[in-house]
This record gives sequence, C-alpha cells and structure tokens, in this order.
Amino acid sequence: MSALQHFFAMGGYAAYVWPAYAAFFIVLIADTLAPRLRRRRVLRELRARLARQSARQQRHSPPSAPSA
Amino acid sequence: MMSDWIPLWLHKLGSPPTFYRFAGTLQPWAMTLALLLGAIALYGGLLLAPADYQQGDAYRIIFIHVPSAWMSMFIYAVMGVASFIALVWRIKLAEVVAMQSAPIGAAFTFITLVTGSLWGKPMWGTWWTWDARLTSELVLLFLYLGVIGLYHAFEDRRQGARAAGFLAIIGVINVPIVHFSVNWWNTLHQGSTVNVFGQSKMAWDMLWPLLTMTLATKFYYVASLFRRARTDLLDMEGGKDWVRKIAEDEADR
Repeated sequence: MSALQHFFAMGGYAAYVWPAYAAFFIVLIADTLAPRLRRRRVLRELRARLARQSARQQRHSPPSAPSA
Repeated sequence: MMSDWIPLWLHKLGSPPTFYRFAGTLQPWAMTLALLLGAIALYGGLLLAPADYQQGDAYRIIFIHVPSAWMSMFIYAVMGVASFIALVWRIKLAEVVAMQSAPIGAAFTFITLVTGSLWGKPMWGTWWTWDARLTSELVLLFLYLGVIGLYHAFEDRRQGARAAGFLAIIGVINVPIVHFSVNWWNTLHQGSTVNVFGQSKMAWDMLWPLLTMTLATKFYYVASLFRRARTDLLDMEGGKDWVRKIAEDEADR
C-alpha cells in the first residue's frame, strides 16, 4: 500500500475520520459565506431605497430646475 | 486622568462607524491567522502525530472535536457576558456582539455533536447515548437555536435582542454543566485529556496540534464575529450617512 493510500485509509477508520473533517469544513465555510451574501443583499436593498428616494425628490421639484 | 481616557476610547470603539472600520482592519488578519494555524494543526494532527495505541487512527477526530467543543462553550460565555452588558448599559454594540455570536456558537456546537457521533460509533458502538455530556451539549445547541429564534421573532430588533439576551443569560448555567458533566456523572464520554493547570494525559506529538487548532478556532471566531457584526451594523444603521457612503462606494466598483 502506498503512503498516500495508507494515509487515506486512516487505519480502517476512514469512514468516520473523513466525514468528521468534512462536516467541520462544510459548516465553517457556510458560516463564512452567509454574512457575505447578507452584506451584498443589505447594500443592494439600501441602494434601491436611496434610488427610490432621489426619484421621488426629483418628481416633487419644479420642472424648471434641471437635475445635475 | 487614567480613568478618563479608557472609557473614552472604549466609548469611541462602541460607536458603529468606528467599530465597522476597526473590525474591517482586523478581520483579514484574524482569518489569515486562523487558516495558517489551522493548516499547521491539520498537518501535525493528521500526518505527524502517531496513531493512538488504543483507538488507532479514529482518535484523530479529537483535533476538530475538542477545539469545537471548547468553542461551543467559550462563545456561549461571550454571548452571555455581552447580553448582560447589553441589558444593563443598553450598548448597541454589545447587543450586536451577543446576537451575532449565536450562529457561530451554534455552528461549533453542531460540529461537536456530529464529530462526536462519528467518533462514538467505532469506539462505543453507538452514534448517540443520552448521557450527561452528550445531553448537555445538545441542550447547548437548543439554547443557541432558542436565542436565534427569539431574536428574529420580534419586529423591533433591539427588543428582540433584549428578549434573546435574557434567554442567553439564563442558559449560561448550562456551560459549567457541560464542562463538569464527565466528573459529576458516570458517563460513556471519556474524561478530559487536557489539563490547563496540571499534567495533561496526552503525548506532546498529539497535544501541540490540538492546542494549535484551539488557537485557530479562536481566531476563526474573531474573524467570523467581525464579519457578521459589520454586516449587521450596515443593516441596522441603513439610514445613516456613513452607511449610505459605503453603499454608494461599493456600487461604483
């Protein structure tokens, strides 16, 4: 058996050791990605709100005043 | 006077835009350290450390199981203290730290239960048993989920943080129960291997990867908490000028 095969076999406990490490990484990667996605959503919604506000302000201002 | 300047910088750090910048500067460093130490710990634990004379290679789950279990308790303690500060002094940032710690703590508690189950099957012959250590760790997961659920159950976020903070403080009682359960009750779970104040029952080849991974998870928590707290502050302070500026700057990119 090669050294690599020996390593992956984990002395016969591969079916327990590797899923444990997989769970560790999958959960922490999900924990890392969740706030990034939320941040993007929060900023997108805020920009949409700001755009609506400025559109409303332009409608209420007299037509003679050109927008910058 | 000394007592004057300490509260001043603390007060400044407590202001959302200052904390946002402070956390943004430290966050990448904390994450880099976490990844670096984590990689070293994995190398030491999976490749350098010898197999256990009783458990063979199955014991290698310890290098993620025990640091995660420690984090599940550590983060709960931080959440409890931050909730207490938030309730007594009504500091917004303390609320943010408490509520944003909950999902990270829940993640580590979940990892602890899953890796423990995967370790228990080959060693004890069962995935699960209702003994003191396992049950109190499961209660810890439910406490975290309860705090998260209660926080989101309120329309007003600050009111939600206050209610969830109460639950978090009451639940602190469970932390010593988890820790001492292996001494107080007869349990299938093995006793502690690492002793801070005395001789650890572990060879150095196995101990250093475990301690290194413990440090890595601490830095990971700081990085994750800062990332979550920053996002939460943007959401909370959406109407303020400093957040508008960030929203506009990031749109240009």
